[in-house]
Amino acid sequence: MDNAQLEELARQCRRHIVRMIHSAGAGHPGGSLSAIDILVALYANKLRFDVENPDWDDRDRFVMSKGHASPAVYSILHEVGFISEADMMSFRKMGSVCQGHVDMKWTDGVDFSAGSLGMGLSFGLGCALAARMDSSDRDIWVMVGDGETQEGQFWEAAMAADFHSVGRLNLIVDRNRIQNDDFVEVQMEVGDVAKKLSSFGWDVKEIDGHSMEEVVSAIEWSSSNIRSPTAIVAHTTKGKGVSFMENNPSFHGKAPTDEELRMSLEELS
Amino acid sequence: MSAPSTGGASRDGYGSALLRLSSDPRVVVLEADLGKSTKSCHFRELYPERTISLGIAEQNMVLVASGMASSGKIPFASTFAIFTERGFEQVRNGVARPGLAVHLCGSHGGVHTGTDGSSAQSIEDLALYRTIPGMTVMHPCDDLSAEELTVQLLNHDNPSYTRTARNKTPRMYDQETCKSLKIGKGSVLREGGDVAIISCGVMVSESMKAAEYLSSKGIEATVVDMHTLKPLDTDLIDELAGRCKGLVTAEDHSVIGGLGSAVAEHVSYNGGTPLRMVGVPDRFGESGTPQDLMKAMGITYGDIATSCESLIS
Repeated sequence: MDNAQLEELARQCRRHIVRMIHSAGAGHPGGSLSAIDILVALYANKLRFDVENPDWDDRDRFVMSKGHASPAVYSILHEVGFISEADMMSFRKMGSVCQGHVDMKWTDGVDFSAGSLGMGLSFGLGCALAARMDSSDRDIWVMVGDGETQEGQFWEAAMAADFHSVGRLNLIVDRNRIQNDDFVEVQMEVGDVAKKLSSFGWDVKEIDGHSMEEVVSAIEWSSSNIRSPTAIVAHTTKGKGVSFMENNPSFHGKAPTDEELRMSLEELS
Repeated sequence: MSAPSTGGASRDGYGSALLRLSSDPRVVVLEADLGKSTKSCHFRELYPERTISLGIAEQNMVLVASGMASSGKIPFASTFAIFTERGFEQVRNGVARPGLAVHLCGSHGGVHTGTDGSSAQSIEDLALYRTIPGMTVMHPCDDLSAEELTVQLLNHDNPSYTRTARNKTPRMYDQETCKSLKIGKGSVLREGGDVAIISCGVMVSESMKAAEYLSSKGIEATVVDMHTLKPLDTDLIDELAGRCKGLVTAEDHSVIGGLGSAVAEHVSYNGGTPLRMVGVPDRFGESGTPQDLMKAMGITYGDIATSCESLIS
């Protein structure tokens, strides 16, 4: 897809995101909307998968470590054909394949059971080590939130990934600067994440996570760099695309009201 | 590399099992700096390309194992029992919830660990892992049974936790008899109709000593090596409850949540089988010899015998 098509797909996914959270009466719009441009570029243009064979051994993996941004994942899984509209709109309801946090046991196309922050990079490292043992060229992509890098385990994994030189491990940090309770700088500023990862031995690129041109180009760069683990620190806006959610900590984990849904869909039309 | 123990410590059985499992290319071994202690070091020496060293970072090790399991590998990860607990939530959320067959081994379990003191003596690991849905929990009693049960994990679909012990204890099995062991099935080592002693780990040999002592006083005890705490062999427990006057459990673990609790949870449904629990009281250990610590905690063969006598009197 070209960038204009990707942008249109992202707009469509944003509509799914606010609709499914409104329908569930709960969920995390802010971090879903900040991440969606990157997910769209990955799924539409990069990831190797087979909707007919979700467990295909040699598929690329996408490990959504910030599992609360599940609506973003479900929206793109719907667009590429893994889950139906009805599945998507059953988000958070009893028996739904769309659990509150992404869960590989419940959803075709989901590669990791998230919900507890700080674990995804370790899991992705395990996937990358296994791929190397199998002499497979499958790529492993991991997305974490910036608040998530406060977890010590994240840095355990960052150190281990460099030590084991896993070149097909690709990390994306969704640097939206807001976490559950408040702005990251208020809760515990994580600082220059790119510099920190770089000092851990990673090749790092910083981008505007909402510029499709920069996103697409960074994904290509990361994928082609198999010399060392690579990280894309994507500067994003929490709630991107819905004016009253943008950069607003109260929309980290809150469903839109009926009126807010109407306003959201109008802005995303 | 430290010399391997000469046999008898269950951790040595874990090390031997990994070597037997090496013929399956899916088997990978993960370490968190304590491979010499848990005995995965022997696998590392022969198969470095299938051994992943993760440093002193247990939480990461658990999820790396999980990622590898999701990619077709059969990971065996080990560290001290107490340090596996640092990754407890990782085991719960990152391994058991998605149902990935990661096999975790915690060595140096119990006060029997000895002079390292209370920081190294896990007395709560079995309780913790028993609470996780779908988790298999084992505590073999000697090197040969630990080897056999670990080898059986190759074809085990559930995630597992196996506790091994640092120090040697008398062998309860030989090369032939250990072949009859099966995950989830208690092993009857001695038959007696008065009382049944259900034990695990280093307490199995203590239980056999207690039974010999009781026999000299005219009391005959059945002794069970309940190497698998979960799933618990409830059929065997029901059978024992039906033909003995009561049950005594024996474990080098807190009396809260371990084997005794597992048996109590079961017999609470069947009309109140008389039960006594021998285990570490609600306190931490300290430095000392295994023998001194077992005495201080009230988990010697004499304590087991006393419980049996009081139960049937």
